[in-house]
Amino acid sequence: MSAAFDYVIVGAGPAGLAAATTGSSLGLKTAVIDEQAEPGGQIYRAIETVSARRPAHLQLLGDDYAVGADVVKRFRASGADYLPLTTVWQIDGGRNVFTRGNGRASRIAAKRILIATGAMERPVPVPGWTLPGVMTCGAAQTLLKSTGAVPAGRFVVAGSGPLLLLIAAQLVRAGVKPAVVIETRTNRLAALRHLPAFLSAPGYLSKGLNLIAELRTAGVPIHSGASNLRINGDDGAREIEYDWHGHTRREAADVVLLHQGIVPNMNLALSLRCDHQWDAAQRSFRPQLDAWGNSSVDGVQIAGDNGGIIGAQAAELSGGLAALAAAFSLQKISADDRDRQARPLRAKMKRHLGARPFLDALYRAPQVVAAPGEPDTIVCRCEEIRAGEIRRIVTEQGCPGPNQMKSFTRCGMGPCQGRLCGLTVVELIAESRGISPGEVGYYRIRSPVKPITLGEIAGLGV
Amino acid sequence: MFKTLPDAGGATVIVVINGAPFSAPLGCTAAAALLLAGAVPSRTTPVSGAPRAPYCMMGACFECLAEIDGAPNQQACLVPVVEGMRINRQSGSVATKI
Repeated sequence: MSAAFDYVIVGAGPAGLAAATTGSSLGLKTAVIDEQAEPGGQIYRAIETVSARRPAHLQLLGDDYAVGADVVKRFRASGADYLPLTTVWQIDGGRNVFTRGNGRASRIAAKRILIATGAMERPVPVPGWTLPGVMTCGAAQTLLKSTGAVPAGRFVVAGSGPLLLLIAAQLVRAGVKPAVVIETRTNRLAALRHLPAFLSAPGYLSKGLNLIAELRTAGVPIHSGASNLRINGDDGAREIEYDWHGHTRREAADVVLLHQGIVPNMNLALSLRCDHQWDAAQRSFRPQLDAWGNSSVDGVQIAGDNGGIIGAQAAELSGGLAALAAAFSLQKISADDRDRQARPLRAKMKRHLGARPFLDALYRAPQVVAAPGEPDTIVCRCEEIRAGEIRRIVTEQGCPGPNQMKSFTRCGMGPCQGRLCGLTVVELIAESRGISPGEVGYYRIRSPVKPITLGEIAGLGV
Repeated sequence: MFKTLPDAGGATVIVVINGAPFSAPLGCTAAAALLLAGAVPSRTTPVSGAPRAPYCMMGACFECLAEIDGAPNQQACLVPVVEGMRINRQSGSVATKI
């Protein structure tokens, strides 16, 4: 099966949806491909179902979630094609987008491509993080949004970043209280100089303070400045252990929700060889983009958090800007029209981006999270490669980079294709060699970037 | 391990998890059904046989791999449940059908 579109967008989060809405309105024949059953991305996941079937949950998920209903509504009305429950496993140099959905592979020809595959949570490699019951804060949010599900027993929220307090508060509103919120060290001093810009960004500070107040009112202990997280258990999490105020503490929990911020979900863009560079402030790689989201690969754009973490509102604006550029490049609008329509988007974007340096500095992942010191900590979950082994192979065998490390250990070669170990492996090598992660580089990512069977490929008939 | 909120809406479908029927909320994913049923560990690893369960719930980590309706190595967090779906635990390495 094959089809052709002017604009093929991968990802139905705020960036992808806004790009589709704008692109369609400018006359681009547009398709949005997404892995989920409903539009919204991770941030507005299941917004249509929640609005229609359990509107009471809009309250507990909060206003920043509820606004997603309008984003999705505009997209539904835009006339863009929508392919849910569909993964993209390859994009080739001829701008053919290869998908898999319903057990069948398809090819979609695109004149322009927008990668809007968003972010994923930064891996939190601590001892015991592979135990059943240890999940990400985002996973708990996904369960709450899409299923109205919450932890059934004792649970703990641990780590750092805006999502940590948000999910704790959302679960409290849903009637289940974390035994404790364990906040690892933040960089208040480094963040201070970005405070004025943060304060002038709309609403960010009051949101954070309100969450803290809400948790305190509910009687949830917040242990800030904790370190040395480790999770103990045999067939599943039993307790979390951590150091706080000079003492080691233990808290029983069968669900531990970890978080250390979010990073771009890079695999699709990397498989296309879009140039990426190290972003020291966000402690991750980000693609090289111009002001319209154009990547280093002709005809391929990147918008939203996939281009570096900017948050949902800015992501939506960046999607609109990308669509304006795509429409211009396909001669649907003039350069003047493009620039005129971009102006209000850029003005709003500037206000939202003002909050970013403060958040980036405050929640910048500490060295111990980026490159775990405890040698037994599993780094590559798929191949079960530990931090000590990675370090040893760099220092004793002279392994220079992550691709060579694959040959030594198989790290990054399991089913997740390095998504959950890539940044950690790079940081461990950088630390051991005394160079920057940017100099180390990243895994060479190849398609298929998502699993597909040979039978499904054969069924393509190309 | 997880439970649905009382006001989460009543519609359910019956799935079969490791041979036992389980009433799962309509529209939830196979991975969510595993967590609601407490069917964890949901697999063991091919390398050491270590127990694992869903971790990211958004298609990135591949920890929720399960056999669904006879097809092994499916990302259970990306598959919505349907009536009669059979979800089975995976042990160690499993060959994928071509």
